[in-house]
Amino acid sequence: MVAAHITVNGKVTPISPAAPHTTALDFLRERGLTGSKEGCAEGECGACSILVARPGVDKPTDWVAVNACLAPVAALDGQEIVTSEGLATPGAPGKAPTLHPVQEEMAVRGGSQCGYCTPGFVCSMAAEYYRPGRCAHADGAEGTEAQVGGDSEHGPNGFDLHALSGNLCRCTGYRPIRDAAFAVGAPAEGDPLAQRREQSAPDAAVTEYAQDDSVFLRPGTLSGVLEVLRERPEAVVVAGSTDWGVEVNIRSRRAECVVAVDRLPELRELREESDHVEIGAALTLTEIERRLDGRVPLLAELFPQFASRLIRNSATLGGNLGTGSPIGDSPPVLLALEASLVLAGADGEREVPLADYFTGYRQSVRRPGELIRAVRIPLPLAPVTAFHKIAKRRFDDISSVAVAFALEIEDGVVAKARIGLGGVAATPIRALATEAALEGKPWSTDTVEAAAQVLQAQGTPMNDHRASAGYRSAMLGQSLLKLYAQTTEAVSS
Amino acid sequence: MSHLSERPEKPVVGVSMPHESASLHVTGAALYTDDLVHRTKDVLHAYPVQVMKAHGRVTALRTEPALAVPGVVRVLTVADVPGVNDAGMKHDEPLFPDEVMFYGHAVAWVLGETLEAARLGAAAVEVELDELPSTLTLKDAIARSSFHGINPVMVAGDVDAGFAESAHVFTGEFEFSGQEHFYLETHAALALVDENEQIFIQSSTQHPSETQEIVAHVLGCSSNEITVQCLRMGGGFGGKEMQPHGFAAIAALGAKLTGRPVRLRLNRTQDMTMSGKRHGFHAEWKIGFDAEGRIQALAATLTADGGWSLDLSEPVVARALCHIDNTYWIPNARVEGRIAKTNSVSNTAFRGFGGPQGMIVIEDILGRVAPLLGIDPMELRERNFYQQDQTTPYGQLVTHPERISAVWEQVRANGGLTDRKREIAAFNAAHPHTKRALAVTGVKFGISFNLTAFNQGGALVLIYKDGSVLINHGGTEMGQGLHTKMLQVAATTLGIPLHRVRLAPTRTDKVPNTSATAASSGADLNGAAVKNACEQLRGRLLQVAATQLGAGAADVRIVEGFARALGSDKAVAWDDLIRTAYIQRVQLSAAGFYRTEGLHWDIKKFQGTPFKYFSYGAAATEVEVDGFTGAYRIRRVDIVHDVGDSLSPMIDIGQVEGGFVQGAGWLTLEDLRWDTSDGPHRGRLQTQAASTYKLPSFSEMPEEFNVALMENATEEGAVFGSKAVGEPPLMLAFSVREALRQAAAAFGPAGVSVDLASPATPEAVFWAVQAARSGEVRREDLPLDGGEIPARPIALSHA
Repeated sequence: MVAAHITVNGKVTPISPAAPHTTALDFLRERGLTGSKEGCAEGECGACSILVARPGVDKPTDWVAVNACLAPVAALDGQEIVTSEGLATPGAPGKAPTLHPVQEEMAVRGGSQCGYCTPGFVCSMAAEYYRPGRCAHADGAEGTEAQVGGDSEHGPNGFDLHALSGNLCRCTGYRPIRDAAFAVGAPAEGDPLAQRREQSAPDAAVTEYAQDDSVFLRPGTLSGVLEVLRERPEAVVVAGSTDWGVEVNIRSRRAECVVAVDRLPELRELREESDHVEIGAALTLTEIERRLDGRVPLLAELFPQFASRLIRNSATLGGNLGTGSPIGDSPPVLLALEASLVLAGADGEREVPLADYFTGYRQSVRRPGELIRAVRIPLPLAPVTAFHKIAKRRFDDISSVAVAFALEIEDGVVAKARIGLGGVAATPIRALATEAALEGKPWSTDTVEAAAQVLQAQGTPMNDHRASAGYRSAMLGQSLLKLYAQTTEAVSS
Repeated sequence: MSHLSERPEKPVVGVSMPHESASLHVTGAALYTDDLVHRTKDVLHAYPVQVMKAHGRVTALRTEPALAVPGVVRVLTVADVPGVNDAGMKHDEPLFPDEVMFYGHAVAWVLGETLEAARLGAAAVEVELDELPSTLTLKDAIARSSFHGINPVMVAGDVDAGFAESAHVFTGEFEFSGQEHFYLETHAALALVDENEQIFIQSSTQHPSETQEIVAHVLGCSSNEITVQCLRMGGGFGGKEMQPHGFAAIAALGAKLTGRPVRLRLNRTQDMTMSGKRHGFHAEWKIGFDAEGRIQALAATLTADGGWSLDLSEPVVARALCHIDNTYWIPNARVEGRIAKTNSVSNTAFRGFGGPQGMIVIEDILGRVAPLLGIDPMELRERNFYQQDQTTPYGQLVTHPERISAVWEQVRANGGLTDRKREIAAFNAAHPHTKRALAVTGVKFGISFNLTAFNQGGALVLIYKDGSVLINHGGTEMGQGLHTKMLQVAATTLGIPLHRVRLAPTRTDKVPNTSATAASSGADLNGAAVKNACEQLRGRLLQVAATQLGAGAADVRIVEGFARALGSDKAVAWDDLIRTAYIQRVQLSAAGFYRTEGLHWDIKKFQGTPFKYFSYGAAATEVEVDGFTGAYRIRRVDIVHDVGDSLSPMIDIGQVEGGFVQGAGWLTLEDLRWDTSDGPHRGRLQTQAASTYKLPSFSEMPEEFNVALMENATEEGAVFGSKAVGEPPLMLAFSVREALRQAAAAFGPAGVSVDLASPATPEAVFWAVQAARSGEVRREDLPLDGGEIPARPIALSHA
């Protein structure tokens, strides 16, 4: 086996002697690449953002921005990354480097003040710059005037501002950063990172990186992972490490054995069958979003509200369900969609409805040694769906309450109602009583107001720093009233 | 025009340009304090031993278990302090406390070969505590009379007579939250021992001279043995004015004791749980209006949550009192300030420094009473604007009061307010579940440190034989663009192109006894000092050039790098001029100095002229509120702000925009929540991370954001006619809060008075909408002479 290494800004760099829990951020900084910063160490501020070459959706390779503070460096074994230092073209000795186009726009438009968040913004912006199909015009658009197709969140150059939803700036108020983002053109002829997209991304390395008493493992196959889990049931399973990275950094947790599953081919398929859609548990949310391209509207409504683009570039459905948090954003949606989970174990596979999956706070029917392989969503989909996430901040926040609706309304009567709730109990739950209060009733003000009373009383919401219990309860009822208003009124703006 | 404000021919000041470090920022090459660790050999890492109780006396501290952890080198305790065990200027802030005063107070520090070793060592230190009762909330502190520091009273006119003559009198109460700085770069210091036991400290500090002073008193040595350097900060916002000193002292102490470099960098949780924040306040008030809605009298008591030690709470409260008038003339006033002593972090400077906390009180009052007076809020504000020859309640004449209405009128015009108010009314009539509102608020902010002595600045300017210029000054760079402006000031004064001037990092061995880069005064004080140094040099060079040009020195000008006599084409290039000057043994370095003239402040009487001038601005904000959830968007913001004649327009606009969004964060989103239960974590900050304490992100940015600088706005009393800009724009964000209040009111019957919690989170707005719908406080319910506005508990108690 080749010694674990990473290609950083074109230079092959051995991972040793970093500890297996060392984050990519600390690894880079210890090697003198101090452009990437630690602002929060939990994937919330984006000051650590770097670019990783990943298998692409529309081209062989995508440049994907991720939080270097969350990814263990060992998880990047065999991969190629680019940092803010690597985006600029070095000048002749003693001369200043030539700035990358996104760096140039950020610099000249006043996009940096203290500069601490800037390298991270630059990397997130570069990822969007290289997104295939971004440019509305082949030559790229100049200027920031709202043009056809542009709005406050999408530039005339096709730039989606959600690409920067995981980056925080405390100085600028964001306007000049938005101007810079909306001003970048298309990559020039011969741009090396643009060209790199045409070749395939590095394969996942089979990794066994051990230092002292701990080890980071990346088996090449599903059976290899299941074998590790049988031998070492205490092993921590990670995909994008967006949850485990927080545990390591904020709660100082350390594991003797971490097993990565994010590149297992068996967990990375997306198949649309006649009666269901099967989504691999290790596909990132960004991959699912791009590959489904709106074909599951409720998921399409969820994704922009799920953490940030930086997190969605690493996070997986398997991870969101596997951690079993009662405030994860995907369970309410998947409950409303009546999804089931395909669990793989040494004895084969079994399918469990999501509604039966959670058994208690961060507990589930998943047995030791079992892995979530895929999520199945039955077809056809209910025609009326909505996802209401209640949070303090619209981009990248954790929900106080989340409500997902999937309704079939035939001839003005609710034929079927499925409602998933997050944040109101120890687990995500279905609002069964509310579903019963709706089904078979006319879709009318009377029905909805009565059902809203039922919904408002579901679960046992609590008081905490995100919201009061009273607000949480109120929001359950309000979400149904809002859905009704949206379906019955021609909402003009 | 004054000498200080006059601009020469072809000035470099006033030219719009990006931050001087922009290229270094975007490539990641710009160095911050903690980046230096990776360029330094044999560094030890410091980690705090935090005690997770709100209050208690330390009865035992056992460090032996830590020393048994592999990689732990030393544990620093009070026994190691050779000098004074104090991290502040008030002698109430022990560096190593024997009494834990807040949840997370550090009682010792562990030095390790790695951060991991230091962390494990800190976890191994055993601390025993006799727990004591704790005071956490402002209400508890007030009930127990737990106060410290000054208790100033500001009196103007005859407040009782004012109320007696008022047609309407209202009383009320208002408590609002503080704010975490959340500079992206947490506190950091790196200390090295030079030869002869001298200490060199790299620190992320807004106040290098005070960091130096405190390190010296902790180490028991003289200031000339300590050098502090600040390369740049990844944001400061006031949070690095007083708070860095103790952390630098720990690093310095560790370096002195071990002989090795010591690095201290707080992680985000440590930073949020150990360092002070913007003061939250409680206000009780009584206000009287005449029949036309003109303020006749104001009585108020403002209580700041000072936290466990005084830090800067006294001047913060003084500035709050000095800003309760904002842009409004209050002929009769009695305003008292108090500082609550609580078991929480020691609250400190934060952009605005009490000014926002004073102003929000009057803006909240006007927003609440306007519907009860039956006057449009915009109209009510206009009627009360300062006019010529009126003075503030602390006795200072308000200069340029016409600018209050000038920026206001320009905002109305730029924002097309008349049409938009009509459009909003039509929108609201057609949308039962969504309401929009547009509010305008103004700002008047006093510039200068309240304490007169701080209003001085120093600089050292060096010209080398090759004609290149290096400037040093006492101000620090935290992103605000001070260094950019200083380069422009130097190039303008010397008459040379900008690229000939470089700027050295801020160091205490270049310019001594500097004031904090604070109070928005960085460019005023240091710019005037740089200008003064450059003028000394220019005066000497003009003599040299005059001889060469055969003209009198008074007739020589240096413009764009060439010296010419008036009316002559003959020119001497800068580089030749410098070479000649050197050969003629002319001194090519100068120390510049500036003291702000005309200031006077009597803190005891709370009267005087503490401010050199006032900065003005106005903002119009339109919001849209969802009645189902209370969620909202900022649709459009128009701002006109007075920065005098801008030294650097792109930098100034950046300050206005950034300040506004930061203010909007404080008022709407950022939510400091402490555990006030009697449970095991009483006193714990519950929102101690970016995942729980939410800053504004792109989603809070105004969808349309127009900022204009007031034109022809020369300020005679400041460098090149400019004005300070760092703090005042933050307070333009009151327009967001008032717009939210008005949008909430639009869900209810006409004339409803809306009480809005601060921060106005979606939840708080939802409860305000619900209260408005119920028509809780309406004009028609009140007696004609006004009356008590029922103090509705803030929304969260509805749970």
